[in-house]
Order: sequence, then structure tokens, then C-alpha cells
Amino acid sequence: MVNQTDTGILDDILQAHDYNPSQVIPIMQDIQKEYRYLPEDALCYIASKLKISEAKVYGVATFYENFSLEPKGKYIIKVCDGTACHVRKSVPILEEFRKILGVTEESPTSKDGLFTVETVSCLGACGLAPVCTVNDVVNPAMTPEKARNIIENIRKEEQNDN
Amino acid sequence: MIINSREAMNLAREEFAKALNAQRKQILICAGTGCVAGGSLNIYARLKEIIEQKGLECQINLEKEPHDGSIGLKKSGCHGFCEMGPLIRIEPMGWLYVKVKVEDCEEIVEKTILNDEIIERLVYKDKDGTPYYKQAEIPFYKQQTRIALEHCGHINAESIKEYIAVGGYRALEKALFEMSSQQIVDEISEASLRGRGGGGFPTGRKWAQVLAQKEPVKYVVCNGDEGDPGAFMDRSMMEGDPHRVLEGMIIAGIATGAHHGYIYVRAEYPLACERLQKAIDQAEELGLLGRNIMGSGFDFDMHISKGAGAFVCGEGSALTASIEGNRGMPRVKPPRTVEHGLFDKPTVLNNVETYCNVPPIINNGAEWYKGFGPENNHGTKAFALTGNVNNTGLIEVPMGTTLRKVIFDIGGGVKGGGFKAVQIGGPSGGCLCISATEDHLDMHLDFDSLKKVGAMIGSGGLVVMNDKSCMVEVARFFMNFTQNESCGKCVPCREGTKRMLELLTDITEGRGTMEHIDMLEELADTISNTALCGLGKTAASPVVSTLKYFRDEYIAHVVDRKCPAGQCKSLVKLRINPDKCKGCTKCARMCPVGAISGEVRNPHTIDTDKCIKCYACMNGCNFGAIEEI
Repeated sequence: MVNQTDTGILDDILQAHDYNPSQVIPIMQDIQKEYRYLPEDALCYIASKLKISEAKVYGVATFYENFSLEPKGKYIIKVCDGTACHVRKSVPILEEFRKILGVTEESPTSKDGLFTVETVSCLGACGLAPVCTVNDVVNPAMTPEKARNIIENIRKEEQNDN
Repeated sequence: MIINSREAMNLAREEFAKALNAQRKQILICAGTGCVAGGSLNIYARLKEIIEQKGLECQINLEKEPHDGSIGLKKSGCHGFCEMGPLIRIEPMGWLYVKVKVEDCEEIVEKTILNDEIIERLVYKDKDGTPYYKQAEIPFYKQQTRIALEHCGHINAESIKEYIAVGGYRALEKALFEMSSQQIVDEISEASLRGRGGGGFPTGRKWAQVLAQKEPVKYVVCNGDEGDPGAFMDRSMMEGDPHRVLEGMIIAGIATGAHHGYIYVRAEYPLACERLQKAIDQAEELGLLGRNIMGSGFDFDMHISKGAGAFVCGEGSALTASIEGNRGMPRVKPPRTVEHGLFDKPTVLNNVETYCNVPPIINNGAEWYKGFGPENNHGTKAFALTGNVNNTGLIEVPMGTTLRKVIFDIGGGVKGGGFKAVQIGGPSGGCLCISATEDHLDMHLDFDSLKKVGAMIGSGGLVVMNDKSCMVEVARFFMNFTQNESCGKCVPCREGTKRMLELLTDITEGRGTMEHIDMLEELADTISNTALCGLGKTAASPVVSTLKYFRDEYIAHVVDRKCPAGQCKSLVKLRINPDKCKGCTKCARMCPVGAISGEVRNPHTIDTDKCIKCYACMNGCNFGAIEEI
């Protein structure tokens, strides 16, 4: 069940969208921003509040690529595999990220819960191909070596924070 | 401040123009996604710091009271020359600095801003070393004609005042006070503006159909779900000149009797969402959106709908379904969007670039617009030039410009090899190429000419490929994309693309036969005839097009088990060049599967059946004797 604090957050989000069922996508985007994924009980909660079926909410949540029903990492790495990045060799970069983090297409989140590696069809930054984003910050002209540096730097930062 | 009459608008425009002209120098820092990734915001911050340290007045927003001699510092939209970013344009000289770094800022302020001196090091030079000071003189820019991108990179993308100062919202004024709905529709029809999202449907006809609907509630929707990989024109317009998009949409509202606008933006474009939202807020504040716009009695409100990552939402009926909060799946047509669109009401749905073309047509008239491009294909088209090309970036040229001019004169030629093909129109499009039988370089880029060769302009992504690209692999890449993005509603697309992907994967991995090619053609035919929506119908286009022009490459893959471009790793074989091999035995010792044999000081050989292509031998060889064949 959703605990007290959670329903508070969810109510605020629903309130901001006037409990409008046609706003279910932005509502779920806000929930995902809060939790980094869509918790099952949160979906049930909004379905009852918006007076739409749980099936409909689940249908929408699973249709769109950006929604995740599994917890995602703190750092979401999106490797662009659009046409321009693809012809400028994006695949080795993706492979490098997966190799260092020990993740696969099927289980994209690293064991420490820090990183999620995804591909994206096109970020529209084709002029800088190949690119990847880390939490929406674009990294231009990527190489497998730069990929290693990105991970190392984040890990260092994380250690310093702890 | 609320602008409540046409007179007030003109006074405001004069005031803003005066403030803009009072700026002694203007520094326009490219703040498009590309240059931001290159660090342009740090440059912006550093320049601001230095200008203020020097005791100069640094003006970011246009102030009410113009101060002569202040320095205007602004984040502009995409300048287009992404390859050379971060870019800085200095006005009034029109100079362009390329690949600027934070360390250059001090010198820029000291020399260029204070002493009108150019910094040679930061100037663009072509491959012969000729420097170009002025942005307009650089070959990349000189051969373009910018209408939709007119303001991108030339004004502060976050300031409504600057947009108004350079003549923005003048077309809205004209539409509100001088023209009837019918007159606006007629003007757009007369200009023969066609939808820039790919289909090329006449915009005027679409608007006329919506205007004719009796329903009191209608909608204007802007399709900013630019999902084609390799396309970023719409993103640049939304980021670089958001008010232009709004102005075009409001005019569409006046023309069709709609009072509500929705802009559907891809989730992958956070900056575009941010800038559009800012623009909406500013327009509401000045009374250019909302109730009684400029005292005309016309109401219009605007909303942003953020996508959640589904390519199919670029399709009209899927897009409206997504705004309504449903799964974004296309539906059977008719009824068409103009009759039953968003919330089941008559809806004008156009692409970002189409709306950006509306204000200049209203301002300058249809006759002026028809001065660009060939009959029935008037105007300009923005293209995103990417892939193996020297000058990647955003360009705008008159319709009917030849491919040669775009790739070689503007794009600066092909990178890393000779020209092979250009993929146009994304996963729904085809390729233009030089092959054994065809030469498309002198092809005119417009709706009708491309249709004749089985390609389409699409949204305008041009991905250039050099002779090291494998066309079968390119077709597989697009099929993989379409298969991933298929919404799953209709069987031909859901199952057909899956089977086609399997066939293509077989071919690229060396399991293909001639039957695979026949089956691909049969499936392509079935899908394009039976799929529900435009995306499904065109899903096979990249395969059909590559099969048409590069059939020999497919045959090489299935018959000779060879990839002529050497891209399909499964088909690559390693061999030892006997002339280079010294017989040092290093490779034989390194090979993890014992595939290499030979005697000391005699050339070795690789047993290709045993070889697992780990490349350990190639990486280890001191004599470069191991080669791919």
C-alpha cells in the first residue's frame, strides 16, 4: 500500500493537474520524476483518483518507452543510436558502457543501483554524433574511452559524497 | 504590461527596437542543444562575468530605458553550423567565432568588444585555409535561404521583446485586424504551402476543411514529435525561435476559428519544452495569448503536451490520442483529423516548420513566397545534414535545390571516403545514391521529384553515407527501428516488420539465401498495402529502396557471403598476408582457439572455420600482416 507521505506527494501531483484523466501522461511523468519509476501502488492510487480503470493506466504506462515499472538507476545513461550516431559508430560506445557496468539490454540497471544504460532512437544532437546523455546532459563526440571516463568520474563523485 | 490595441503594439515595437539598437555590441551565443553540449553556457557565464568586471553594462533583457553603449549578451537559437560549435556571433559586424572555449572569453571582450579587433584564431577557415570573418560569407551559410530559420541564431531565443523588435507578431497583427479567416486561408492556399512534416499535404486545403466545419470548438495542434532519427530541424525551431511557432499557430486559429492550441513535443527535447513554456508565459503576460488578443476580441490559449517516447505519436491520430491521455495508437481513417481530431473535434494539425512558414507568407504575401522553389513545391525546406559529411548542421535551402549543392557546396563534401548514398526521410524514406545504374546527385530536392524515385522529403533528415557504409546493414538498422517502434495495433506492421528484421539479420550475419531476398520483397509489398497507418505503410521503404539500387550488395551477402563494405562483422574473415608475415609465431601463441598454424620464420595461416574473430592476432601483430577480407 501507498504510505501516508506517498499519498501526499501523489495528491499534490494530481491536484496540479486538476484530477483531469486526460492528463494521465503528465501525471505519470511527474510521478516518475519523483520516484525514478512508476511504483505499482502509485498507479493503482491514481487510477482510483482519476476514476479510470487500472487496466487503462497500466496500458498507458507500458505503451510509452519513457515509463518504467522497474526502479531505475540514479544516473540514467542514454546512448543515442539514431542514424547519424549509428553511422558514426555508436554501437561500440554502448557495448563499452554495458561491459564496464555489467549490464545487458534485458537488465539495464547496474547491481549497485547507480546506473541504468538505455538506448534512444535520436536525441536530435546529430551534429555532435555519436552522443550520449547522462541524466539529460548531452555528451558530444563520444568514444569508448570517454565512456570509461564518465563512469569513473561519477563513481569518484559518489565516493566523495559518501 | 498588456498590449491591448494595435497602436499599443506598434508603440511597444518601436520601444523594443530602440532598446535593441541602443546596444553597442551584441554577442549571440548559440544555446541550441548542440552548442550547449559543447559548453556554450559556461562561455555565456564567463563572458557575463568579464563584461561586468570591466565595468561595462551587460544587458540580457531589453530594458525599458535604452542605455546607449551597453553590451547585449544573449542566448540565441541554433546557428546551424553544429560541426564548428560552440559558435558566437558578434553584431553589428556579423562576425562568427567557431569552436570557442571559455579561455577565449577574456580576449573576445578585450579585443573584439572593446576594440573592434578580429581574433583570427577563432575565425572559420575552409580546408584551403581561407578565413571567413562574416558569418554570411561562409560557404555553408552563403548558399542557404532562410525563411523558417530566419531568426534562429540572430535573436535572443528567450526574449519576446527582441522577437517583436525584429518584426515578430506583425503577421498576427495583420491577420487579426486586416484579414478575414477566408482571406488567410486563401493566402496560404495561393502560396501553395505544403506540410513540412513529410506528407506534403497542401496546408491551405487542410485549413479550409477545418474552417468549413460547423462545430464551435476546434483545435490547432502542432506536431513537434520529431522522431525520425537524424532529424532536428523542428527542435531547433522550437528552441531557437519559439515565438515564431506560437505566432503561426495563433494565425491558424484565426483562419479556422479555433481558440485552443496544443504543442506536442518529444520527451527527448527538454530544452524545447522549456523555451516554449517561457515563450507562452511571456506572450500571455503581454496579452498576445489568452483573452482578447491585442484588443481584437479574439481569444486563444496554448498548452504544451510532452510526449513519453513513442515514435508512432508523430502520426496524426496517434498524436491526438496521446494528448488525450491514451496509448498513442493510430486509428482507421476516415474520419480524418480535420473532422474528428483532438477530443473528437475538428483539428488543424501541422508540423513545426509549416507553422514557422506562416508568418512570413502573411507578411509578404503569397506572390513573394512563390518566388522560391519550383511550381507546386514553393518555399524553402530545412534539412538536418548529418552522417559522413564535413559540415554537419542545420540548413535551409529553396525547394528544388540539387543534392549535389547540399552535400558538396554547403555540406563541404563527404567525410572519410567517397559519396555512396544519402538516406532521406528517415525510416519512412529511401536513399538517393550513386550506384551502377543511378546517379541522383543532380536530383532536385522537392516533394514531387523525390516521389518519382521512391524517396520522400520526410521531415528533412539527410544522413550522408560514404563508400564504407553497408546498405544492407543500413536497411537492417531502419527495420530494427521500425520494429521497435511499431505500436502493435495492426498485424502487417507488428508481425511483418519482425519477420523482415529477422530476414535482414540473417543476411547480415551470413545465413541469407536468395529466397530471403524474394521473401523481403514479398513482405514489403504486403506491409505497404495493408498496414493501418502511414508509418506502417512506409516501414519497408528503406529495404525497397536499397534493394532497388544496391541489389548487388544483397547478392554479395547471400551468395558470396561477403560484405563489400566490410561492415558486417559476421561476414568478415581474417587472413595473414604472406608477404608481410615474418613467421614470428606470436599470433599462433595468442590465438585462444588455436586457429593459426605455421612454422617458425614461415608465413602462418588462419583456419577461418575455427577463427572466432576476436582480433587478438591482429592487435598483437608487430608487422601489420593480419588483414580483413
